[in-house]
Amino acid sequence: MTSSLAEIPLGRSVKVRSIAGPRAFRRRLLEMGLVPGVAVRVVTIAPLGDPLRIEIRHGQWSIRKAEAAQIAVETTP
Amino acid sequence: MTDDCCDPVAPAPRAAGTRWSIALAGNPNVGKTTLFNALTGLSAKVSNYPGITVERRTGALTLPAGAAELHDLPGTYSLNARSAEEQITFDALAGLAGQQAPDVVVVCLDATQLARSVYMLLQCRELGARCVGALTMVDEAGAAAPDARALSELVGCEVVPVTARTKRGLPELLAAIDRAVRTERRAHWMWTPSPALRVQLDVVRGALPASWKASSRYRGADLPAGDDAIALWALTCFDASEQEADELQGVPPDFRAIVLAQQFALDDEAVLARWAWLDREIPKLATIHPDRSLTERIDRVLLHRAAGFAVFAAIMSVLFMSLFAWAAPLIDGIDHLFKALGAGLRDVIGQSMFTDFLVDGVIAGVGAVLVFLPQILMLFLFLGFLEDCGYLARVAYLMDRVMRSMNLHGRAFVPMLFGFACAVPAITATRTMERRRDRLLTMLVVPLMTCSARLPVYTLIIAALIPGSRATQGLLMVGMYAFSVATSLVAAWVISKTVKPLKAKRLPFIIELPPYRFPRIKDVLRMMWGKSSMFLREAGTVILGCSIALWALLYFPRDLPKSAPDYAALIAHAPDDDAKAALAAREQAAHLENSYGGRIGHAIEPAIKPLGFDWKIGVGLVGAFAAREVFVSTLGIVYAVGNDADEHSQPLRQALRTAKTSEGKTAYPPLVGLSLMVFFALAMQCMSTLAVVRRESGGIAWPLFLFGYMTVLAWVVSFAVYQGGRLLGFG
Repeated sequence: MTSSLAEIPLGRSVKVRSIAGPRAFRRRLLEMGLVPGVAVRVVTIAPLGDPLRIEIRHGQWSIRKAEAAQIAVETTP
Repeated sequence: MTDDCCDPVAPAPRAAGTRWSIALAGNPNVGKTTLFNALTGLSAKVSNYPGITVERRTGALTLPAGAAELHDLPGTYSLNARSAEEQITFDALAGLAGQQAPDVVVVCLDATQLARSVYMLLQCRELGARCVGALTMVDEAGAAAPDARALSELVGCEVVPVTARTKRGLPELLAAIDRAVRTERRAHWMWTPSPALRVQLDVVRGALPASWKASSRYRGADLPAGDDAIALWALTCFDASEQEADELQGVPPDFRAIVLAQQFALDDEAVLARWAWLDREIPKLATIHPDRSLTERIDRVLLHRAAGFAVFAAIMSVLFMSLFAWAAPLIDGIDHLFKALGAGLRDVIGQSMFTDFLVDGVIAGVGAVLVFLPQILMLFLFLGFLEDCGYLARVAYLMDRVMRSMNLHGRAFVPMLFGFACAVPAITATRTMERRRDRLLTMLVVPLMTCSARLPVYTLIIAALIPGSRATQGLLMVGMYAFSVATSLVAAWVISKTVKPLKAKRLPFIIELPPYRFPRIKDVLRMMWGKSSMFLREAGTVILGCSIALWALLYFPRDLPKSAPDYAALIAHAPDDDAKAALAAREQAAHLENSYGGRIGHAIEPAIKPLGFDWKIGVGLVGAFAAREVFVSTLGIVYAVGNDADEHSQPLRQALRTAKTSEGKTAYPPLVGLSLMVFFALAMQCMSTLAVVRRESGGIAWPLFLFGYMTVLAWVVSFAVYQGGRLLGFG
C-alpha cells in the first residue's frame, strides 16, 4: 500500500516509493538522498502544525506538509 | 566497477608571481568555515562576488609549490543550480563566468554524513577538478568515522582526516594539496550514462560555447568527459517552464535553445546513478552511525510546543534588548565623542566655512556611520553564534507557518524583529536566507517596522500635539508599534502578489536541521569582524557621502536675502547674552529657511499641504533623511529654539503647540500630529537604509523601488488620515 509522507504517523519508518511535483523540487529531494527505497521517518510536527521534521539517512530536515504530500511512500514492508 | 574516463592533461606551467588557486567546497554545516579559518589564519578577507550578494572569502596559503589563494565557496548540497546564487559555486569550480578554475578543489567530507558529502565530490570529479578530500567531524563521528585510506581508494583521490580546532591533519592536508597541484587533470565518472542520455550529452557537448570547454576553462588539452559534465549540468539546470524558469546568468541564448530542445525525462538518471553507487559503496566504509541522541534531547525542549516557544521568546528578547538597550550607551558614547571632537576642532581652528564643512559635514558624517557599528557588531556576534550552533535553522522551523502566510521565509522573522531596533543591521541580517527573492522581499518590508530613530519623533509629536493623559499617549505609542507590524506583514503579502521578481513561486522550503554543535568563538568573532568591516567599507562610504551632501543642502547658500535684518549688527547691540542667543537662533533659522533644503521645504509645500504639513515640517522632512531623529533638531532650528533641541525640549514643544498659520489658526492641531506620525511610520526617510539596501541588493533599482513605494504609501495614508479626519470634523 502506498500513501504520502504527509499522512504517515509520527515516528514510523517507511520507504520512499517515488517523488512527484515539479522537476526542480523532485531533483532537489533526490539529491539530498531521498531516492526510491530509502527509509524516511517523520520525527515531529512543528508546534504551529507545519512544517514536518523528517529524518533521512541520519540527517534531519524541515519540510512543509504540502511538499511531503508529493512524496509517495510504502506503508507495508 | 568504476568507469574512469581518463583524459590526462598536464598541469599548465605557472607564470612567475602568479599564485595557485585552491577552492574549498562542501555541504553546509560540515565545518568548512572552521577549516578555512584554520588554514588561512588572519589573512582572510570577506567581499562579495561581483553583482551578487554572496559572500566571497579569500585567504592566503603557503604550499611547498608556492604561494596560493584559498577561496571558500558557498556551502551547497549539489553543484546543480537554478538561481544566480547557486550558480556561483558551479562557476567558481568549473571556471566559468570570468572566474579562474581552481588548480585544486578541497572538498569537505563530513564523517557523520558521508554519503551526502561524497555526492558532491563525485560531481567535482566528473568536471575534471583535481580533488582532495578533507574528512571533517571525525571527533564527532567517533567510532562511526570511516577509514580515510579506504575512502581515498574508493573515491580515487587523497582524503585527509582533519580536526580544524586542534589543527590536527592540516600539514598533511597541505601536503596532499601540494601533490594534487602537480597531477594531471582527469575527469572521473563513477557511472555510465544510458545510451539515450549519451545522445543528448553528445548534442549538448557539441554545442558548448568555446569558453565553456575544458580546453579554455583549464587552459589545456581537451577533456571530453569534463565537457560531458558541463553538458549534463546544462541539461539538468536549464529550465524554461513558466513555473520554474531558471535564473542562471551568462548563458548564451543559442546554446540555451539547443539544450532546451532536449528531453528532460532523463535528468533524474544522473542523480539516481550517483546515489546507487553511493548506496553500494559507502555502507562498506561506514558500518555504524553517529549518535544524534544529544541533539534529539535538546530538540525535545527547543522544538516543544510550550517550552520551545518560551525559549525562543527568551532568546529573541535577549537579542532585541542587545540591539535596543544594550547598544544604546555605546551609540550615545560615539555620538558624544563625535560632537566633542567637532566642538574641540572648532575651538582650535576657529570659525569658518571650512570648519563648518569639517565639523558638520565630515565629522558628523563619519559619526553617522560609526553609530551603527555597535549594533552591527552585536548582531553578527549573536547571529553567528546562533547560526553556528544550529539554532537559526530551528527558528525557521518554528516560525515558518506564520511567516509563510505572508509569503515570507521562516528565517525572515529575525530581521523583522531587528527592524524594531534599526533597519540597517536588520537588512544585513537578511543574509541568513539563501534565496535572493526571500532576502529582497524581507528587505522591502523591514524598514516599515518602528525603528528606534522614529521614537524621538513620536515622543515629540505625542507630547506636543496630542492632548490627553499619559495613559492615552502611551497607548498611542503602542498603537504605532502595532500599526508597523501590521503594515509590514500586509506589505509583504501585497508585494509578493504583485511585484513580478518577488512573486511567491512554489519554491520548496527544505532546510537541514543540523546537529547542535558548540560554536568556535574564534570563528564567530572572525565572521563578525569580516562582515562588519565590509559594512563600513561599502555602506559606510555611501552614508558618509550622503551626510556631506545633506549638510551642504541645509548649509548653502550662505548669504541671506537683502530684505533680511543685519543680524551681526543686532547681536552686537543686544543688551544681554539671552537676547544675543535669541538673535543668533533667529539668524540660524533664517539661514536654514534660505538654504537649498529650506527652499525644497517651501517647494514641496503644495505636495504636503493636503497632509496638513507646512513648509517648516517640509524642511524637517528633508533633514530627517540623514536619520529620522534629525527631524527633531531641524525643527528646533526652524523654530529658533536652538540647534540642540531634543524630543524632551519644552521650548520646542511650546513652539509647536503655539505655532500659527498665516491665517492665524493653530498650525498643528492633533490631527496634523497623527497624520505626521503616520507619515513617519510609512515613509522611507533614511538614507542609511537605502545605502544598505543598495549594497545588499547589488544595485540601485531596489532601493529606488523601496523609496518610491514607501513614499507613495506614506502620502496616501497620511492624506486619508488628515482629509478623513477633517471630514469627520476633527482638526
